[in-house]
Amino acid sequence: MRCHEESAAGVRMKSQIPNSKNIGTFDGVSADQMYREHILDHYKNPRNHGTLATKNTLHMHDVNPLCGDEIDMYVEIKNNKISEIKFSGKGCAISQSSASILTEEIKNGKKDVTDITKLSREDLQDLLGINITAMRVKCMMLPLKVIKMIIYKHLGKEPNTEE
Amino acid sequence: MIMKQNKQSTKILANVKSDFPLFANNQNLVYLDSAATSQKPQSVINAESEFYKTTNANVHRGIYKLSAQATELYEQAHAKVAQFVNASKEEIIFTRNATEAINLVMYSYGMHNVNKGDNIVISILEHHSNFVPWQQLCKAKGAELRVIAIDKNCNLDINHAKSLIDDKTKVVAVTHISNALGTIVDVKTIANITHKQGATDAVVVIDASQSVPHMSIDFKQLNADFMAFSSHKMLGPTGIGVLVGKKQLLKNMHPFLYGGDMIRSVSIENTTWNDLPWKFEAGTPNIAGAIGLSVAIDYLKTIGMKKIQSHEQELTTYALKELAKISGLTIIGNPTHRAGIISFTIDGMHPHDLASLLDSENICIRAGHHCCQPLMKQLNLTATARISFHVYNTKEDIDKICAAMKKAQQVFA
Repeated sequence: MRCHEESAAGVRMKSQIPNSKNIGTFDGVSADQMYREHILDHYKNPRNHGTLATKNTLHMHDVNPLCGDEIDMYVEIKNNKISEIKFSGKGCAISQSSASILTEEIKNGKKDVTDITKLSREDLQDLLGINITAMRVKCMMLPLKVIKMIIYKHLGKEPNTEE
Repeated sequence: MIMKQNKQSTKILANVKSDFPLFANNQNLVYLDSAATSQKPQSVINAESEFYKTTNANVHRGIYKLSAQATELYEQAHAKVAQFVNASKEEIIFTRNATEAINLVMYSYGMHNVNKGDNIVISILEHHSNFVPWQQLCKAKGAELRVIAIDKNCNLDINHAKSLIDDKTKVVAVTHISNALGTIVDVKTIANITHKQGATDAVVVIDASQSVPHMSIDFKQLNADFMAFSSHKMLGPTGIGVLVGKKQLLKNMHPFLYGGDMIRSVSIENTTWNDLPWKFEAGTPNIAGAIGLSVAIDYLKTIGMKKIQSHEQELTTYALKELAKISGLTIIGNPTHRAGIISFTIDGMHPHDLASLLDSENICIRAGHHCCQPLMKQLNLTATARISFHVYNTKEDIDKICAAMKKAQQVFA
């Protein structure tokens, strides 16, 4: 079961958080709630991994200066929807699985680009189906930040710096 | 014989943890991030609190007894630091931290002495705090930034340093101990080379943030011109750091910040500067912090810097041995002289993920680029996991982290 596909953005579905891989005596909540099986699966087998290089490709790169996570996003936008998306990057399981899960969620015109710009931290957390410790929120948010930067540029708008 | 000595040092330091209330308030905490900041003994915590409760007044101003007492304590703190690193009292300037101390040298010395065509030599091991100020000064002045490389074991390449330092070299800024890798740099040799090969007014700036807290340091013996370190890494409070500078240089330097306490006289037209070190301590200083730092020095001296160093060496040797037993773990660098800092990576697991999993076992480590992005790039790494020790760490801490890392590997298996 891949819960992240079922938990629509904006809807909290804690009950559907999948069972964690047996993490033994990691009894602290943080790791137990972050490193669930589907997160590790997306980390090891990232979906939509790669690059795009057509004339319509929009590309942006950003890093998390605190930890050095890197994300490159390659996006094609048609009729205000994301028709194709790929990402590459280096970093922790949280940033990379977030990119994998998020790109699956928004590609193939599933969402209007303006709706994507409205995705919040809570939405992304629900999509990932995990609890994130405070220090790792930036890791999770980096892929969404880069996608939003691309969309804002495409729309000719100033990014909302409060996000 | 060696074994016996080791046992002894462990025994002497066995009860140290109980001096640090943080450990009583965080049961079973394994704190392995002292290179970032150290924990504080009760005596330091009390000193700041006692000052505010009993002696608080501004320094160098009041006529009343309380101000005189506060001033005396604050000045005693300068004297204590001076004695601790073998400098004179006028050579000790309190700053916010080591970063500010290095920036002080850059602004007050570098800006007035480095010109177009000159060069500044730093090393690839530098923390951003001893990297960015010099890089920016070079940009501002049209000077050249030269970077000393490391060899395959992550020792600083002294021959490379020799080849970079020439009669156009105005500043050589190097770290004493790499905060990212633990390499101990032979700064005395670098200083000797600089004073022989550099411009006649070339100065040596040592970032001693990772050495002063852990070993006996003699500023005069190092043959350096400036040395910076932070209180919070040496069991003292945050918010106070130290610049040590040769008196003759400090005398001729321009002030860093202007304002109260740093002046001798002010007229509408002009201002003259106060004596050393006050010329460089504008505004109301961190009085309680300075007092806290002086009590931290008392604490370090009571145990003894030699004992602290040998305790940390023993832990480092043990940790290197135990870490080597973990499959897929790579220790970064094999320097000839290593302080109590070990950086490593684990195959298939990003250091942040490792740090999160260790955190859930109450183990604190640093993961990331350690404010050394140029070094990380050179090593072709984005991040490492780092453990670092101070006097309160034990072999048990190392056993706990090794066990927890093996469990973390299972999660990512």
